[in-house]
Amino acid sequence: MELFTNQVLAGIATGAIYACMALAVVMIYQAIDHLNFAQGEMAMFSTFVAWQLMQWGTPYWIAFVVVLIFSFIGGVVIERALFKPLAKAPVLTHVAGFIALFAIVNSVAGLTWDFTIKQFPSPFGSAPFLGSQLISTHQAGMIGVTLVLLILLFLFFRFTRVGLAMRAAAVMPESARLVGINTSWMIALGWGMAAAIGSIAGMLIAPVVFLEPNMMGGVLIYGFAAAVVGGLSSPLGAVIGGFLVGIFENLVGTYIPGVGNELKLPIALALIITVLVVKPHGLFGRTIVKRV
Amino acid sequence: MTAMLHVKDLRAYYGQVQALHGLEFDLKEGSLTTLLGANGAGKTTTLRAICNMVRSTGSIEFEGKKLDNKSTESIVRLGIAHVPQGRGTFTTMTVEENLQLGAISRKDTKAIDGDIERMYDHFPVLKQRHTQQAGTLSGGEQQMLAVARALMLRPRLMLLDEPSFGLAPLVVRDLFKILGKINREDKVSILVVEQNAQLALELADKAYVIETGRIVMSGTADEIANNEDVRKSYLGY
Repeated sequence: MELFTNQVLAGIATGAIYACMALAVVMIYQAIDHLNFAQGEMAMFSTFVAWQLMQWGTPYWIAFVVVLIFSFIGGVVIERALFKPLAKAPVLTHVAGFIALFAIVNSVAGLTWDFTIKQFPSPFGSAPFLGSQLISTHQAGMIGVTLVLLILLFLFFRFTRVGLAMRAAAVMPESARLVGINTSWMIALGWGMAAAIGSIAGMLIAPVVFLEPNMMGGVLIYGFAAAVVGGLSSPLGAVIGGFLVGIFENLVGTYIPGVGNELKLPIALALIITVLVVKPHGLFGRTIVKRV
Repeated sequence: MTAMLHVKDLRAYYGQVQALHGLEFDLKEGSLTTLLGANGAGKTTTLRAICNMVRSTGSIEFEGKKLDNKSTESIVRLGIAHVPQGRGTFTTMTVEENLQLGAISRKDTKAIDGDIERMYDHFPVLKQRHTQQAGTLSGGEQQMLAVARALMLRPRLMLLDEPSFGLAPLVVRDLFKILGKINREDKVSILVVEQNAQLALELADKAYVIETGRIVMSGTADEIANNEDVRKSYLGY
């Protein structure tokens, strides 16, 4: 029993990583109705920028805020320069664009900062949290930040006019234009916000997985899994999905012989497929009612 | 009275196919004008061309401003509310959010809540359902919601595309009564496209008949309703 609770706790700790990334995934999905495969790389790049600023002697929180703004602007610029011209292109063209962006960002980061792993500091320290060896203060801080982000996003989409306009532009672009919403800028705004949230995820994940250009590969797949489990249309679902994926991964690794660390990633993929088959809207996604 | 909307030599294209062939008409301020015509005559295309949702040439002037080359959203912001075919309801959002969206481009945010209450007075059924997902409303209720959403813009001109489509006759009567009231009391000019010619002519003060992308007849609603050809082709008696 103790093994079980310990594994659940450890699962929640890793789940916080996935939850944070899943929030960024849901954010971009809300804005453009696709998943952005380059999201992880963009987050990694932002994290490198933060690292570079700190190497130059910038204090953590100033670097944090600067990177947040940098990432937001970067996201908007990427949308304007690369994806706005593709606005009317088919989905596959977008996918090709995402993959190109993935490769470009990854290589540029490698070229600039090389591929050796780097330490990234945590603002929360790494002492045991409340005397527990399973959750460190950093992981607890991460859970806290994820929850705060979740609440802010919820308030933004629920109670602000811009949030309402963004949701409208995402689900029904033509109707949105007919009420006077500039849908093209809403998409750019969505990119900016997703990039900013991604950069927070990156800066929180880097102390755990260490900073290097390929640090986000696995994490992004888990983030996708978390978002799919929770429902791509629900920020709350994404966060809960993140924790569930973390716990699930740990329990399967512990109790099913032969899974171990090597087979953990296929488990995330299997989870994505299972959820899509059994419950396509995820656990918390809103089922769309349509009259026919 | 001067023309609020002035359309001249309007030609519209879907790819290589030309749908409008030099359409011309005027809409006077405060008027309720109807465009009649058979399936495929170009009625919907005319409304879509006004909002720049289809490729077109020619000139469209609204209150003296040229609309050509303006984006759909900036045309809407001039005070032209378009209720499209299929109603354009945000089905995944609540009734109240739909109304909020209707007013999303307005600057006078303080007056919006009051306007939502006014819509609930016009359409009491919407008040009962204000937290419900709009997609779960009946067809008639969705059409009421679409009209209410358009009015939330506080438009100067409202474009309505087949508001009677798919509705029970009694519901259509109600809806048209409300449209007449909106036109008189709220001073909203209305351009309505209809296949239900009889009903549209009862309501309208001015009518145009479109055939294969051209205006073939125009006049007051009474003149058109009493015209022999129109009676045979569109009213069926």
